[in-house]
Parts: sequence; C-alpha cells; structure tokens
Amino acid sequence: MADTTTRAKVRWGLLDVAVVVFALTPVLWIMSLSFKTPATLTDGKFIPREWTLENYRTIFATDQFVRALINSIGIALIATTIAVVLGAMAAYAISRLDFPGKRLLIGVSLLIAMFPQVSLVSPLFEIERQLGLFDTWPGLILPYITFALPLAIYTLSAFFKQIPWDLEKAAKMDGATQGQAFRRVIAPLAAPGLFTTAILVFIFCWNDFLFAISLTSTERSRTVPVALSFFTGASQFEDPTGAICAAAVVITVPIILFVLFFQRRIVSGLTSGAVKG
Amino acid sequence: MSVNATPAGADVAADGTDTRSGRQAVLPGQRDNRGGKPPLSENKRAERRLGWLLCAPAALVMLAVTAYPILYSVWLSLQRYDLRFPAEREFIGLQNYATVLTNEFWWTAFGVTMLITVVTVAVELVLGMGLALIMHRTLVGRGIVRTSALIPYGIVTVVAAFSWRYAWTPGTGYLANLFSDGAPLTERASSLAIIMLAEIWKTTPFMALLLMAGLALVPEDLLKAASTDGATAWQRFTKVMLPVMKPAILVALLFRTLDAFRVFDNIYVLTSGANETSSVSMIAYNNLIRGLNLGIGSTMSVLIFITVAIIAFIFVKLFGTAAPGSDDGERR
Repeated sequence: MADTTTRAKVRWGLLDVAVVVFALTPVLWIMSLSFKTPATLTDGKFIPREWTLENYRTIFATDQFVRALINSIGIALIATTIAVVLGAMAAYAISRLDFPGKRLLIGVSLLIAMFPQVSLVSPLFEIERQLGLFDTWPGLILPYITFALPLAIYTLSAFFKQIPWDLEKAAKMDGATQGQAFRRVIAPLAAPGLFTTAILVFIFCWNDFLFAISLTSTERSRTVPVALSFFTGASQFEDPTGAICAAAVVITVPIILFVLFFQRRIVSGLTSGAVKG
Repeated sequence: MSVNATPAGADVAADGTDTRSGRQAVLPGQRDNRGGKPPLSENKRAERRLGWLLCAPAALVMLAVTAYPILYSVWLSLQRYDLRFPAEREFIGLQNYATVLTNEFWWTAFGVTMLITVVTVAVELVLGMGLALIMHRTLVGRGIVRTSALIPYGIVTVVAAFSWRYAWTPGTGYLANLFSDGAPLTERASSLAIIMLAEIWKTTPFMALLLMAGLALVPEDLLKAASTDGATAWQRFTKVMLPVMKPAILVALLFRTLDAFRVFDNIYVLTSGANETSSVSMIAYNNLIRGLNLGIGSTMSVLIFITVAIIAFIFVKLFGTAAPGSDDGERR
C-alpha cells in the first residue's frame, strides 16, 4: 500500500515537473537573453555565458522606455480603480438587490466579454480623433474600463454572494451605527474580493496591445507593449534584442510577483465566475 | 470602497434582506412566488431605484464605448473614406462590402484565423483538461503547479511572443536548430505552427482554470462509488466527470473560441503577417492604421463582429447551453 502511494506520488511529481518546465521555459529564456552581453547574444545558449546588466542600464537611460513605463502604470492603475469601483457598485446591486433589468445587465456584460475588440478599433480611432481623445491617457482608459467591467462584475458578484451580510445586521443590533457596521464588518469581508478583482483587471489592462497600438501615436500615451514593438536600438546598426528582452522582463516582474503572492486568490477569482455556468 | 460611497444603499439593502430571505425560506430558488403582483411597497421601490442607480454608471460606460461605436462603424463602412484623400469621402452603399468580400487577402486571412481558432482551441481543450486534472488532483506540489501555470496567463502576450520569436531566430534561439531547415519564421507552415504554439502556451492555463471550476463540482463520492463498482480510470473520466463538467466545458470552449478568433498580438510580433499569416484582426488593423482607410477598415470591423455573433449563436443553439450568469443552470 505504501509502495503504491509512493509510486503515485512520483508519477504526479513527474507531471508537475512537466507543467512547470512547459510554463516557465519561455519566461526563463527571455530573462536569459536580457542578461547576455552583445557578444554572446547570438550564441544560442539557454544560459548566458557572460552576465551583464548593461541592457537594463540602456533601457532606463532612454526616455522612450521610461515614459512608456509611466504610461503603462498610470493607465492601468487608473483604469483598474475605476473599473473596480463601477464593477463593485453593479455587483452589489446584482447580488443583493432585486430590480428589473438585472438580467439585462448580466446579458450585456456577457456580450461585451465576447466582443471582438478589433471591431472597435476603426470607430474608436475616428471618434477619439474628433473628441481629441486620440493619443491621450483617457483615450486608452475608457476602452480598458469597458472591457474590464464584465470581468469585474462577474468576479465581484461571485464574491459578494459569499459574504454573510447578516453580520451587518447583527453588528447594528449590538449597537454599531450603520457606518461602523460597514467599516468594521462588511468592508474587511469584501476587501479580499475587491483586491482579487483589482489584480485580474490590472493584468488585463497591463496586457493590452491592440488598443494601445491603434489609439496612440506618440510617446505621450504609448504603453510598454507597444514601445517594445517599436524598439530599434540606440543607433540603427545596433541590435535591439537585448534592450527588448530587458524591457520585457521589467514588465513581467510585477505579474510574477502578483502570481507568487496571490496565487490562491487569483485562482479562486478566475474560477468563481465559471462555477455558476 | 465603492460601496462606501453609498451608505444609504447599504441601509436600504439591509431592510431589503428581510423580504428576500423571507421569500427564499418559503421556496428556495424560485422567483416571484408571492402570488400575483402585489403593489410595490415603498421599500421595494427604493430597492429598485438603488439597483438602477448602482448599475447605471457601469451600463452607461459599457454601452457608450461599444454600442455607439459599432453603430458608427456600420455608418463608416457605407462610405468611401480614406484619410489620405478626405475630399473623396462619399456614401457608396454596400460597395465596401463587395470590395472586401471579393478580396483574396480577406479570405486568406479569414482561413488563417479559422485554422488558428480550430486547432488551438482543440489542442487547448485536451491540454487544459490534463492541466486541470493535474492542478486539481496532484498529490505533491499543488501550490507550485498552480503558481507556474498562472504565469503564462498573467504574462503580457507581446513579451511571450518576443520570447518565442527569439527562440526560433536562427543563431540566437535555442529552438532554431530543432528542425534542420533554416529560418522557421520565414516560411508559412512553420510560422503558423509557431503562432499556434505561442497561442496555446499563453491560453491553456486559462482554459484549465475554467475546467478546474467544473472539476470541483464532481462529487468525490460518485467517483469512489464508480471505482468500487469496477470502473476504470477512463470510464470514470468519460462517464462520471465529463457529464458533470459539461457546462464548464462549454463555457470554456465558447470563451476561448471567441478569444482565439481575435488573435492579433502574437502574429504582429512573430511575423507581422508576412507570408500570408495575417489574421482578420491583423488586416483590419493594417487597413486602418497603415492604410488609413477608414471605410474598408470599418467594413472589416463589421464583418468580424458579424462572424463572432454567428459563432456565439451557433454555440448557444448547438449545445443549448445555459449562458453563464443565467439562473436556469438545470437545463440539460
């Protein structure tokens, strides 16, 4: 009996290793490239023979990258905040209140989750040019909020349904005011859900490429994924590979940190919406 | 935080709970069973108003940024409108549609998109199911597996695409010499294969997570019972797990299919559409931003929108699945 469980463990262990290798290889590869010196960049070796931080120094010295990083962070943070706030309001209503039009809202957000984003690129390009939103932060924040909202509403209503709202009443019976009941009882219970949703929405905004490349034209609002695709190196004879890889690693680090610290939350956030199906 | 903004809302909701929980106690899961239509009480009306108020901002933003532009897109698609020649702008009816639908580039791109969609979703379903089983049932290192599986999901697609591009670049890449021939990203078949590989790597974890949500619904007792009755592992999988998981599988398939149909980032970075590897998103983008042809670009936008609507419709009709979020999950 003990023998079979050991064998089962080894078998699962091997499968685990396969998954980890499959998932991490491309990430480790681009990290490896970012640490290679120009001379060894094209040696085709998976592990750098000579290590250098030169590529990182290069990109942080260029305005192009630093500006794009600021744009990426600013746009993603603002869009995430607004989407989570609006999403929480709607999700609260969906999970707690009874009102006509509720299913319509659920249906509309489902439709938007399936919407082909490229269909919006042409009209938004034209509309934003007319409104002066083209190549500005709000010009990107608006579509990000829109496409993040279904995700936020679904995840948050799943979370809100699990909150024992009766505790609020209990707190009030024990003499707490409405405000105290909310601050001390409900807010701490809702915080993990809001936080998880914020991470998922942030990842979505951080990842976008199509809107960012279509609705921007200068460094004013270009985000890192787009800046990456325009990197040409300091001079036209310089190979930008090292710089691109270093920049790629810089925008990957926050995601890896999120995943490392909040794995459990992210998994529960992503699966909670689907269980209802 | 946001709920904080509406303290009055929490108040009304707290009152509203009485009616709600009271009703659910009578007949759980059934709506409007209070017999006929009682006149709305003051509470009820306040609850409605609050519900609308809370949903209005989200609904307005979603409609303003999708519904209006898509209608505007239809309007633009009926015009000759090239930003390089703005003076020639005029209404030309369905002529743009004729131009696009008789264009072989469009149909090549359409074929490429379909191929990528079908192949990647099929492979992802199999791999995703395997990954879901591993994440759900592994005896050792569950945390590590789940954490590493989330990395492809979280990573920026463009970053992953660059990683794949350099991996296959002759001289630079560790994979370039895997098959003896020269540069895989300069030939059509191998380019398409690499695009699909990149797509599968990036999105299998998402598929697996959706499937895992379904796996969690499979009752452990049922599996044990099947096991004692002598069912093999395969039989337990096909006869017990799959039927229970069906709704989750359909949801995952629907979402991934529509998502795969939008493929853009990977192609842009890996081949920029060279050697006839463009997807429909890619050529719509090219017509708009590089060609500055708003009329044709909008026509393609509308056509893509219609295609996606048809795919979604077929899914729902074919499988008769209850859409996620709708209450009637019992339909089989």
